[in-house]
Amino acid sequence: MSVDDVTAAFADGPALIPYVVAGDPSADATEAYVEALAEGGADVIELGLPFSEPIADGPTIQEGIRRALDAGMTPARYLDLVRDLDVDAPIVCMTYYNLLLQFGDGDEVETFVETAADAGVSGLIVPDLPVEESAELEAACAEHDVALIFIVAPTTTPERVERILERASGFVYVQARMGTTGARTDVSEDTYESLDRLPEGDLPYAVGFGVSEREHAKAIVEGGADGVVAGSVFVDAIAEAESTESAADALREKAAELAAGIDAAESDETPEPETTK
Amino acid sequence: MSRSETVTDAGKFGRYGGQYVPEVLMPAVEELEDAYERYVLDNEDGFMDDFRARLRDFGGRPTPLGKAENLSQKYGFDVYLKREDLVHGGAHKLNNALGQVLLAKYMGKERVIAETGAGQHGTATAMAAAYLDMPCEIYMGRTDINRQRPNVFRMRTHDAAVNPVDVGSGTLKEATNEAMRDWATTVENTHYVIGSVVGPHPFPTMVRDFQSVISEEARRQAAEQLGRLPEAVIACAGGGSNTMGAFHNFVDDEDVALYAVEAGGSGLGIETEEEYAPNSASLGTGSVGVLHGAKTKLLQTEEGQIVESHSVSAGLDYAGVGPELAHLVDQGRVTPVNVDDDAALAAFHRLSREEGIIPALESSHAVAYLEQYAATAAEQTSGDGPRAGDGPVIVNVSGRGDKDLDTVIEESAKRDLPDAPDMEVFRS
Repeated sequence: MSVDDVTAAFADGPALIPYVVAGDPSADATEAYVEALAEGGADVIELGLPFSEPIADGPTIQEGIRRALDAGMTPARYLDLVRDLDVDAPIVCMTYYNLLLQFGDGDEVETFVETAADAGVSGLIVPDLPVEESAELEAACAEHDVALIFIVAPTTTPERVERILERASGFVYVQARMGTTGARTDVSEDTYESLDRLPEGDLPYAVGFGVSEREHAKAIVEGGADGVVAGSVFVDAIAEAESTESAADALREKAAELAAGIDAAESDETPEPETTK
Repeated sequence: MSRSETVTDAGKFGRYGGQYVPEVLMPAVEELEDAYERYVLDNEDGFMDDFRARLRDFGGRPTPLGKAENLSQKYGFDVYLKREDLVHGGAHKLNNALGQVLLAKYMGKERVIAETGAGQHGTATAMAAAYLDMPCEIYMGRTDINRQRPNVFRMRTHDAAVNPVDVGSGTLKEATNEAMRDWATTVENTHYVIGSVVGPHPFPTMVRDFQSVISEEARRQAAEQLGRLPEAVIACAGGGSNTMGAFHNFVDDEDVALYAVEAGGSGLGIETEEEYAPNSASLGTGSVGVLHGAKTKLLQTEEGQIVESHSVSAGLDYAGVGPELAHLVDQGRVTPVNVDDDAALAAFHRLSREEGIIPALESSHAVAYLEQYAATAAEQTSGDGPRAGDGPVIVNVSGRGDKDLDTVIEESAKRDLPDAPDMEVFRS
């Protein structure tokens, strides 16, 4: 798996990018969930590697992370899990910087990137690593052909967007709102403003933070996004389900619903030149 | 030089420090960096003059450097106490809280938030916010709310909102996570008043600068009162704000030994299975990692999960430590030592009984280290050069212990402490 696999996932129209926490509530369940998400229409799968202090995540994902840690998820088990997965959608690992650093004994992050690439991880999102601190990780990702996905926030200034785009690969994660992750009931006005502010470039823009319904996905794509990221809605479904099977069903259904929203936006769209790709 | 050229080195202390925060916060961190440089470093609009005047008139500074006569006699060398317990509010915390709330005012922010563990920083921020007429919200873990009730009352009395944090162990680490999340949502009109020399640049440097009034005064007072520099400065270290404040102006005085006294709790090391450290000795025993915006020394598992720390003193109970302190330790300039719960409690009673000063349990750790220091001095009876026991020692009494009386009485009853009073008076 490689950077190109991530980018290719956006080639046939806007991509659906669901997120779940690995090991929530067990590694076996996660395997089933990832497959269900792929069946539901996921183009890229964002798989959270749980860290004890998830400062960029809201209450729903914090709880998922807590469940995964309590169930014994570790970076090594995470990579075993990824190795065992049998899905075509590229896997993007979302985690915090300290776990990458400790995999290399607190000294370096290349060991993690190399091992992750070997296990089948195609990309990394590290929400507590701003572009200023990312030189070492960027070099390791370039060396091992792993996409380094950065987040662009509503507060990000044009100068920062430029700096971020210089370092980013795979796609750019556009944070639709202020604050932390979490499902909301509407699509933020900030979303459209965020997309409008971004320059046309080579990388796809995927919008997330708050996506939970078909209409959100549709509205985001209509707003010009190349992809839709949704996390809390899936983590919630896992928390509420009574069995692995019913959770997998719920995930498949929700993924299909969001994928349908994306498709609806596509078919409604009046033909116009490609905006951002 | 443009910012983009210098930015990779922003706030680095050797391998430590930096800015490990979500992108949504970076513009605010950059804005704060700019405000710090203009107002604090360049005294724009007379900010530092205003700050110093308010430290004097509202904070009660300068605080005395007073000789502990009875302890000096006991140990055979002069012990001087830097009396931060006499700062308004009863601890050094106001030095920083006042500086940051005032800075928020100068920056045109409309609201301040803060995290608090023991409640001292929350109380100081609430006091400063009331004084400067700034709306204030404090994040505090549920466990801490329950064990620090008087401080919760104080914050509420100053009209600060107290937001309980129920996740995890409900202590400082969780409160900090939650305050960062609030800031990520409200960053455009809100300043986050971090309570220690931790967090992303410029916080460690800025908080140190606000706290360095401690060593600025102490160094001048030593020259005036003693006619010389101290042989050593001893301060307790949790996050490290009183430590850096007490050390900063002595760092270049190579003959002044600097001891950072950490909480040894009930034992050193980490219980990996339970993801628990029965201590808070990150500086002396931790390993390099990234937490709450900075690379520093942490109590963590091999995988990098942050463990729950412990100390009888809630204010020292933190798994991380300021990056500059970590660097000064690596350089050999600061010596990390530790004192366990028992020794800290004994020192609490010793200072109360011998000197008429009730120290905070945090500060009691610094006072307790005098025992080890005296033992070292006794061993070094010959040899060349300066050695422990030759000259005066300054202990930073970072706060007063009224807030800790419940804990101390409860914990003392479980132990055999020579100086602890009995509480027979309550039994009728």
